[in-house]
Amino acid sequence: MDHSAERTLSTYLTGFVLAVVLTAIPFALVWGGLLTGPAVYYVIAVAAVLQVVVHLVFFLHLNLRSTPAENLFFLGFAAVLIFIMVGGSLWIMMDLHHRMM
Amino acid sequence: MLGRLTIEAIPLYSWVAMGGAAVTVCGGLAVFLLITYLRAWKVLWTDWLTSVDHKKIGIMYVVLALVMLVRGFVDALMMRAQQAIALNSEGYLPPEHFEQIFSSHGTIMIFFVAMPFLTGLINIIVPQQIGARDVAFPFLNSVSLWLTAAGAGLVLVSLVVGKFSTAGWTGYPPYSGVEFSPGVGVDYWLWALIVSGVGSTASGINFIVTIVKNRCPGMTYMRMPLFTWTALCISVLIAFAFPALTVVAAQLTLDRTLGFHFFTNGDGGNMMLFANLIWIWGHPEVYILILPAFGIFSEVVATFSRKRLFGYKSLVYATACIAILSFTVWLHHFFTMGSSANVNAVFGIATMIIAVPTGVKIFDWMFTMYRGRIEFHPSMVYTIGFMVTFVIGGVTGVLLALPPADYLMHNSTFLVAHFHNMLIPGALFGYFAGLNYWFPKAFGFKLDAKWGIRSFWFWFIGFYLAFMPLYVLGFMGMSRRMEHYADPNWQPYLIVAALGALCILCGIICIAVQLYVSAKNWGSARDVTGDPWNGRTLDWATSSPPAPYNFAVLPEVRDVDAFHDMKIHGTAYRPPAHYEDIVMPRKSGLGPIIGAVAFVLGFAFVWYIWWLVALSLVLILICIGIRACDDDTDFVMPAAEVARIEAAHLAQITPVDMHDMRDFEPRGAASGTPLAGRA
Repeated sequence: MDHSAERTLSTYLTGFVLAVVLTAIPFALVWGGLLTGPAVYYVIAVAAVLQVVVHLVFFLHLNLRSTPAENLFFLGFAAVLIFIMVGGSLWIMMDLHHRMM
Repeated sequence: MLGRLTIEAIPLYSWVAMGGAAVTVCGGLAVFLLITYLRAWKVLWTDWLTSVDHKKIGIMYVVLALVMLVRGFVDALMMRAQQAIALNSEGYLPPEHFEQIFSSHGTIMIFFVAMPFLTGLINIIVPQQIGARDVAFPFLNSVSLWLTAAGAGLVLVSLVVGKFSTAGWTGYPPYSGVEFSPGVGVDYWLWALIVSGVGSTASGINFIVTIVKNRCPGMTYMRMPLFTWTALCISVLIAFAFPALTVVAAQLTLDRTLGFHFFTNGDGGNMMLFANLIWIWGHPEVYILILPAFGIFSEVVATFSRKRLFGYKSLVYATACIAILSFTVWLHHFFTMGSSANVNAVFGIATMIIAVPTGVKIFDWMFTMYRGRIEFHPSMVYTIGFMVTFVIGGVTGVLLALPPADYLMHNSTFLVAHFHNMLIPGALFGYFAGLNYWFPKAFGFKLDAKWGIRSFWFWFIGFYLAFMPLYVLGFMGMSRRMEHYADPNWQPYLIVAALGALCILCGIICIAVQLYVSAKNWGSARDVTGDPWNGRTLDWATSSPPAPYNFAVLPEVRDVDAFHDMKIHGTAYRPPAHYEDIVMPRKSGLGPIIGAVAFVLGFAFVWYIWWLVALSLVLILICIGIRACDDDTDFVMPAAEVARIEAAHLAQITPVDMHDMRDFEPRGAASGTPLAGRA
């Protein structure tokens, strides 16, 4: 794949539009009161994770073919650690919350 | 104008506190006068403070660590003295002062002794071990150092202006919240952590990039010396764990300063989340402190057993396993918080699993020593002392990993004894071993071995005297952090522990004498070759002290024990055919300036001097802007200059100085092709 073509203005603009949309959705839901209860949290979380992916792909040019394997390995490692930290915290605090009820 | 800073902040309320303040001020004044007397300000500024050379930055880190070690140890001595006499009496320390002392002891020892010590050793050694000329970002390295120093400065200043935190080194809310701790103490603690934490994070990122990108030709991952491997692993831990600390400290700051409710019971806050977040950082932190020491032990044990490191690959994998597992066990610091049995069991089992790779390491070191020609250099003696003592701490750790047992031991002196048993032999002995091992590399002359051995015995015996009684006291039901107590059965143990602290004091004095004696006799203990111990790794291939560029020509590595291999094959100490110009980073005054402004920023936040906060923030931004606009950050060292430095170094080396490598040459059928030349 041609690298210079990959980093054209349209890539950045696509990324920017996607990021704005992914930011607008949670804002609209909360501000407009379109959704209530735990569903809001899930939508915000999913939109946030998707936005991370958008940043990596469109702004940092992450690509499964052209990015060096070393960088992908570190990224995967980071994902595992973040999963452990965030998932573990959620598990611990939810468990505690449940027992305090 | 001055926020909540008034004349009341000067500690006139107690003789002991005023004494501490006086010692701090006089110490600072004495250093100032000494530098002025020696007319060393210019040299200090141009050659040291503004330097971006990784070796000088490393030395400054270690100096900071040793100074703070003395301060942290004085705290320890005061606590031991208080507990030794405080049976049914108030002792000599009022409760609030005692609380400040145990809080500052923990904070100083973790953040401003252990962290700078290991960062300093990594700075001095890792670029040389991987055949690099500097770290990846030399200027960032200088900023990291000065941010760490700024944090240390905040802790020191709290002794003179205001008070330090009374909430312990982990500062749990609600006690550390503004409702129960309205003073400046917790804010000093928070800003010391935030400012130095930014520096540590930057160091971690710097070392990751250095090790991943700057290795010399032939230095594959599986040929990196063990110390470099541990440095890489802990840098990854720093990069992922320290943000958790920064976030949790920022949240508590927001709670305290702007009335947020992250950790209060009101408005949906949850104080338990603080424990969760701080230990997400806190447990990896334990391994950040210990793994580099494991790396040092690996280097020392191979060099002074005169053998190849046993099980290099298993040591690498064990290090990586420990690094990942260290992120899966943080809940064991708060088993008693009230999680369900399933949660506690998962984290308890994960904790016990860490003992496996750690055990692998112990056996690898023992097998390295097995049938080796062991030389009892101080660093080797520290290593052996570590192996014996650390195993005891490991066993008590596995005991504490059982949630039911932890419910009995939680917050007792048993726990205090356990983690000191990990960190003194596990981390500090390692750093002392590194100090004795790499001192000639940094300064060009060896440390006095006799005083090194003496310091070891005082530390070793002092450690057992000070902390074995605490294990017993824990079983007897003594809580940690007690200012006074009513059980006469405890006192004999506490007196023994106080004697242990005095013994450790002798150990620290021995280190000071060792430094003094060695500096006085430096001419007779010079290291001419750059390889005083017949070392095996690339760090011994440079001169001692190394030239600013470390390697005139980047080496080509063919083996794990790269330099050993070069000496065997006679390629060491050979001048190359020609030299080339070397691009070097230019020194910069912005590092110490940013550090100084960060100190002012922290101080202003502590005392709510808002205009000064704004001013310091603007100044830091201006500094960053100046640096970003500076396109002239490097200079070229001409090839002729390099040739002159190298020729002067090589001319000093006579064949007498070189180590006899005949004993190391492979013999018999295993040797394969005949070997050319000898070093």
